[in-house]
Amino acid sequence: MLLIECPWCGPRAETEFSYGGEAGIVRPADPDALSDAEWADYLFFRANPRGAHRELWNHAAGCRRWFGVERDTVTYGIERSFVLNAADAGPDSDPDPASGSASGDVVQAVGSPGLEGRAGARTRQGE
Amino acid sequence: MTIPAVQPNRLPRGGRIDRTRRLAFTFDGKPCEGFAGDTLASALIANGVSLVGRSFKLRRPRGIVGSGAEEPNAIMQIGEGAAAQPNVPATQVELYEGLVARTTRGWPGVSFDVGAINDVFGRVLGAGFYYKTFMYPRSWWRYYEHAIRRSAGFGHAPGEPDQDRYEHMNAHCDVLVAGGGPAGLMAALTAARSGARVILADEQTEFGGSLLASTESIAGAPAAEWIAAVGSELREHPDCTLLSRSTVFGYHDHNFLTIVERCADDGGSSGGGTVEGSPQSAVNPVRERLWRVRARQVILTQGSFERPLVFCNNDRPGVMLASAVSAWINRYGVLPGRRAVVFTNNDSAYRTAIDLADAGAEVAAIVDSRGGGAAELGRRARERGIAVLEGHVVSDLTGRRRVRGVSVAKWYGESRATVSPAIRIDCDLVCMSGGYSPAVHLHSQAGGRLAWDDERLCFLPAESRQANLSAGAGNGSQSLEECLADGLRAGKEAVSRLGLKAVAMSAPATSPFAENPIEALWRVPAARDPDRCAKQFIDFQNDTTVADIRLAAREGYRNVEHVKRYTALGFGTDQGKLGNINGMAVLAETLGKAIPEVGTTTFRPAYTPVSFGVGAGESVGELYDPVRKTAVHEWHEAAGAPMEVVGQWRRPWYFPRNGEDLHAAVARECLAVRNSVGLMDASTLGKIDACGPDVIEFLERIYTHDVAGMKVGRCAYGIMLGEDGMLMDDGVVARLAEHRFYLTTTTGGAANVLGWLEKWLQTEWPDLQVYLTSLTEQYSTLALAGPESRKVLDRLGCNIPLDNDSLPFMTVRQAVLAGMPVTLFRVSFSGELAFEINIASDLALAMWKTLMEAGREFDITPYGTETMHVLRAEKGFVIVGQDTDGSVTPVDLGMNWLLSKNKDFLGRRSLGRPDCVREDRKQLVGLLSSDAATVLPEGTQLIEEPGSPPPVPMCGHVTSSYRSAHLGHPIALALVAGGRARRGETVYAALPKRDPLPVRIVAPVFYDAGGQRQHA
Repeated sequence: MLLIECPWCGPRAETEFSYGGEAGIVRPADPDALSDAEWADYLFFRANPRGAHRELWNHAAGCRRWFGVERDTVTYGIERSFVLNAADAGPDSDPDPASGSASGDVVQAVGSPGLEGRAGARTRQGE
Repeated sequence: MTIPAVQPNRLPRGGRIDRTRRLAFTFDGKPCEGFAGDTLASALIANGVSLVGRSFKLRRPRGIVGSGAEEPNAIMQIGEGAAAQPNVPATQVELYEGLVARTTRGWPGVSFDVGAINDVFGRVLGAGFYYKTFMYPRSWWRYYEHAIRRSAGFGHAPGEPDQDRYEHMNAHCDVLVAGGGPAGLMAALTAARSGARVILADEQTEFGGSLLASTESIAGAPAAEWIAAVGSELREHPDCTLLSRSTVFGYHDHNFLTIVERCADDGGSSGGGTVEGSPQSAVNPVRERLWRVRARQVILTQGSFERPLVFCNNDRPGVMLASAVSAWINRYGVLPGRRAVVFTNNDSAYRTAIDLADAGAEVAAIVDSRGGGAAELGRRARERGIAVLEGHVVSDLTGRRRVRGVSVAKWYGESRATVSPAIRIDCDLVCMSGGYSPAVHLHSQAGGRLAWDDERLCFLPAESRQANLSAGAGNGSQSLEECLADGLRAGKEAVSRLGLKAVAMSAPATSPFAENPIEALWRVPAARDPDRCAKQFIDFQNDTTVADIRLAAREGYRNVEHVKRYTALGFGTDQGKLGNINGMAVLAETLGKAIPEVGTTTFRPAYTPVSFGVGAGESVGELYDPVRKTAVHEWHEAAGAPMEVVGQWRRPWYFPRNGEDLHAAVARECLAVRNSVGLMDASTLGKIDACGPDVIEFLERIYTHDVAGMKVGRCAYGIMLGEDGMLMDDGVVARLAEHRFYLTTTTGGAANVLGWLEKWLQTEWPDLQVYLTSLTEQYSTLALAGPESRKVLDRLGCNIPLDNDSLPFMTVRQAVLAGMPVTLFRVSFSGELAFEINIASDLALAMWKTLMEAGREFDITPYGTETMHVLRAEKGFVIVGQDTDGSVTPVDLGMNWLLSKNKDFLGRRSLGRPDCVREDRKQLVGLLSSDAATVLPEGTQLIEEPGSPPPVPMCGHVTSSYRSAHLGHPIALALVAGGRARRGETVYAALPKRDPLPVRIVAPVFYDAGGQRQHA
């Protein structure tokens, strides 16, 4: 059973969490601009790597927050957890400011507000 | 010296048994006697029992081989009735007064087994026999399987529910030490002294491991004194938990380990609870406890397993592991034979010869394959007058139900040549030692690698994948001195990894001496062809022989995992404990490879068998799953309503009057709602409060309809889709204020929908200021439905006007009803004039009773889920998850009117995918049975042509089907390919055991298609 570090609650057993799939799948800003194949790519296709995998977890039986985890799909070792957007990463909410990098650990899950004004059909952070 | 007649093999003195406590037990119905401190196995040997089972496939007579978890043959059924435990090695059963043990193989009995005929035909029962034989004719498999299954397995599961209690315990520690032998005790002591929180677990009744069966001394005193001293010091440490009778059986991800503690293994005489020093233990009625431990560091000190030697007929009763014989003598004061031959390829078995001689047995010879024999121990053996045959091997033995003698041949170290037996030695006991295999099970479960050691001839734990270390015999240590030193090293290493400072300490002194190295001896070739000679067993439990492995290799199996499955090597309780390495060595030889090239099979939990009961723990019966009850539940129960299980909820199914059955009650309830007024408890609906400045924008993206266009006080039927365009959930969307909405979800979807909304808010749209709160339990929902429902509310007194102009269909108001604050919805799931009263759950029962009272003059009728289903089906309202299954779009359901064309929403783009615009998609339709009488079973498949030859193509299926009391005939909803364009056509319902029934496709609304009644 995995031991998962919730950025808000600390290390907790896997049974408190639910899994949310690959992190950084951004909803296309203008779905109508996409071909069926491009939309299907957003909808159904995931990287499924052997090795490091950035994925979403929800502390469902805890604080109910979604956050990111970098996990090795071979060893199941967890490299780190990270909050998903800058607004959550203030000094109050970062559980470990020392290791910190409120900037480094923060991944901008959202490029721009709203459905409009988004570019790119399928962009993954960190790629 | 007189040996008591009842225990003919009990030595007059010695052993760690309590001779003042005699324990009576039965073995296959025969009364026997042992002492406290015995295992069932040691007591059986003391009673002169040598035949304990029949082998798995060949039904050969078998005796006890080992003294611990590796025991392959003495698999017993312990206890009777509901408390019976199958599949238990007798070596791991602590003897208690009144124990009832039965052998699990052999019919009619273990002494005479008709299945033994298999041994005569053993040549044709090679590897893969079942796969090859029971294939034809294919249709007969069901008969074959029945017979094979009956003869398989190791005992019978009890037929009655388990009456015993089990529990789970969560624990955390700095260092978990698995195994309480010399290395484990040393490691635990080092860690505890250095200030670490330690859990030490050992499967035995007492700590000490191999020391319990040894005559060695530590720090100049018997080892037992050192064990006691370490134990009492560890008990002094406040942060040290000592668990005996506790097997670490699983090493899972992230240093999570599972331990089963057998609290009542002594038959309950200690009252269970073996957490040492725990004062509560005397009253603890728990049979077994599952410890779920998260450890920062783990030290694996599980010791090692002695390997059998492989020669002809090496499975006969009376052939034992040398270390087991030493354990019988030194730990249990039992002598398993009178005249022994010790067969070895290493020094350690010489100890057994010495133990035997010192216990008064005759050691006919030590047969040592090595030309140079043993070092110091050889001298000590000769001192006792024991003959040592160096450069010799045992090639075969005689005796069927008990060994009677062995054939010994000269050995030149070449397993490809056959041997010529020259010497015959009579004996009733053969002690064999093929060297030791570290118990690497947990290390491997944790993902660690193994490395072959060419000197010690075993796999050793190599790199770990998790935070664990190995030490002691399980790490390749061979002498007591090495074990203690390695335990100390591991303890210090674990402590320093934790950032603690290891205390300065050293291992206690022992008296080491020189030993000669082990020699490879993986099998003794027979005097005849290796594939036609007497059987040479590798895995006793699964009857896997050298010939089986050679056959598997000849038939093309190269991978050790495939060979395992083909030959059953290491199946059952064995799990690679006894025969694994010998089997791999034989495979390697056959394939012309080195052993490390062949590798090992994968080790998986559980290390030893674990009961289902302890896996379930407290989660049985009422505690299996939480039960959710509405605030009105007690009224429903008092009214005698049978409950329908809806997930964790219990909902009243129907409310029978005067002994009505389901159909009568539902017909009456339906007519009451259609003609007068009914009341339903709809509190299980999911309820979500959504508010915040961006709530409209958010809900626009979630729901398909025009949310922004809803005025305050308006309700709308809202559906949400997955991004794949499929209907996910539905409910009422109500605008309570400018920036506050009240959403309902299906009963089953409540938690999922909230999680889904939160995911979008948190991961995709964190810029939106929206706050979601679940109100499912805080509010109850009472649905008042029927043409007289407004009159009932009028009787209650309401502070707002309820007429159709003031409170029209699909509106919501805050109101005070009968003095109680409510949110009043004018919505309908029945098609009648209806109100849904949302009220704080504290007040719900009072409101329910008030409504029932006020409705008395209209014969207000409480109705349950079944009536609710019929009423909604008459109106063609779908239930998500019943009429839909995750592959149904709103277009399929004819809900195009709900899809806004002026905005984007989740799933919208997918509705334009080619697969979603196919004209032959299954679409929602109504069905009418041609005979106006048959209620089609839900799930019925629909076909076009009744007589068409199979495979018959199916054009749809029935999703909802009821008898409609109001309409006077059955109705059904169905999904039919291209169904909307086929109204009026006939298809056929394929019904079991009768002719296909013609059914007519109609519109899915059977009642008040214009909707006048709900608008009234």
